[in-house]
Amino acid sequence: MSEMPIMEVRDLCKRFGRQVVFNGLSLDIRHGEILAVVGRSGTGKSVFLKHLIGLIRPDSGQVLVDGQNIHEGGSRGLARVRERFGMLFQGGALFDSLTVEDNLAFPLREKTRMSAAQISTAVAEMLKGVGLEGVEGKFPDQLSGGMRKRVALARALVLHPEIVLFDEPTTGLDPILVRSIHQLIADTQRRFNYTAVVVSHEIPQIFDIATRVAMLHNGVILEVDTAARFQCSNNLAIQQFIAGRLEGPLTPT
Amino acid sequence: MARRTPPIEMEGDHQGPVGRFVLAPLGAAVLSLLSYLGRLGLFLLQAVGLIVVPPLKVQRVLRQVQFIGTRSLLVIALTGLFTGMVLGLQGYYTLTRFGSEAYLGPAVAISLITELRPVLTALMVTGRAGSAIAAEIGIMRITEQIDALEVMALNPIRYLVVPNVVAGIIALPLLGALFAVIGIYGGYLIGVQLLGVSSGTYFGSMTDFVAMTDIRNGLYKSLSFGLLITFLCCFKGYHTGYGAEGVSKATTEAVVWSSVAILVLDYFLNSVLL
Repeated sequence: MSEMPIMEVRDLCKRFGRQVVFNGLSLDIRHGEILAVVGRSGTGKSVFLKHLIGLIRPDSGQVLVDGQNIHEGGSRGLARVRERFGMLFQGGALFDSLTVEDNLAFPLREKTRMSAAQISTAVAEMLKGVGLEGVEGKFPDQLSGGMRKRVALARALVLHPEIVLFDEPTTGLDPILVRSIHQLIADTQRRFNYTAVVVSHEIPQIFDIATRVAMLHNGVILEVDTAARFQCSNNLAIQQFIAGRLEGPLTPT
Repeated sequence: MARRTPPIEMEGDHQGPVGRFVLAPLGAAVLSLLSYLGRLGLFLLQAVGLIVVPPLKVQRVLRQVQFIGTRSLLVIALTGLFTGMVLGLQGYYTLTRFGSEAYLGPAVAISLITELRPVLTALMVTGRAGSAIAAEIGIMRITEQIDALEVMALNPIRYLVVPNVVAGIIALPLLGALFAVIGIYGGYLIGVQLLGVSSGTYFGSMTDFVAMTDIRNGLYKSLSFGLLITFLCCFKGYHTGYGAEGVSKATTEAVVWSSVAILVLDYFLNSVLL
């Protein structure tokens, strides 16, 4: 990991109708790190991820990848930037009319010139890499929640992206599966050397894999620091959030 | 979600009651209608534009032709048969009053070929396939599968909309032709077999009176409806609201809008073509 940012978010502002989601949010994402974005439900963490990959346009402010504004080159420029990304959606977003194998093969068929044989080898390897074998012929609906997450992760990684965005990768899984998915993220991150941005509610498990942790609150980043220092933060809101206490500056709604 | 325009805000506090309660809502309604029409137009441009800009997803087109076309065969055959039979029955009793039941053949054929073939085929396909298209795309939207395509730097319209539109343009005229043929035989069953018009008169006068323009006009209508319904149903699904309720609403609207649009466009096409 280097201190050099691969992505920079500058003064991001976004509102939906009257609801202000971001109010001048700025954040650097460094090469090769696992950045965890935490915060209360409804603070716009998923919306933040969607801004990073240009699925939502900010009202003002910029999202830069290697110093380049992602919206600068029009839809073609955006498509080129997106080729550097992988994304794991909250529900997996697997194509439910395709089998597991076709789901993984889909980006390879559309984006590369690999032969059918090469594709099926790559798919099998990728599935093995996320600890799944023998599920190629199944449809997403026939898989358990944990397996679906693994398949979705495999699909997100199949083109070897430089930056991978995780939208709550462990929601709805049991504690053991949470740990195993986290382990998988850490393992694959080391293996493929990507930069990861993980939106997560898994406190404190996420601190085990995160290089840095950023807390999103009231439309800005309240604090961003290494996982160790973040846990010892003096900020009362962060202390309350980590401990999950009802009393404090954050009011439960 | 991607590409959703924020609701228009009204700053009506400094205006009088007329401004606040009449003009501002009216202006907001007009603006939101215009922005809606704009989105509709852009969507149509993209859908039609991507037909001619390669690559066309041929496999998906074939799959959709099978879905929209082949799997509508039974329902089209049945409606065609009974429409023809009703026309035979009604036509016979009406024409008998003028002593001109010899013209039953052309009467049945012309109404079928120019009007009922394109309109009823399109309505049946909307009900059977259009609703399914809207629901499928709507579910893909709410489960983020459309976002997943975008994230892969692939154009969702090329993958989800264009194949349906092309399939509609291919399938509707073919289904329409089948509808007309079966309908004419339905009229034959009633008129000739049941009510005693001679078979030679039924078919002979048909070739005399049905002009090539009738057939061509019906074909143009079928082509337009094929584009219209697939495009509208895809649009409704693509811009669905949230959750199961959003998808069910989008599906209903897709069917209602398409059905109304078919009849409206039919009138305008008639006034231009006739």
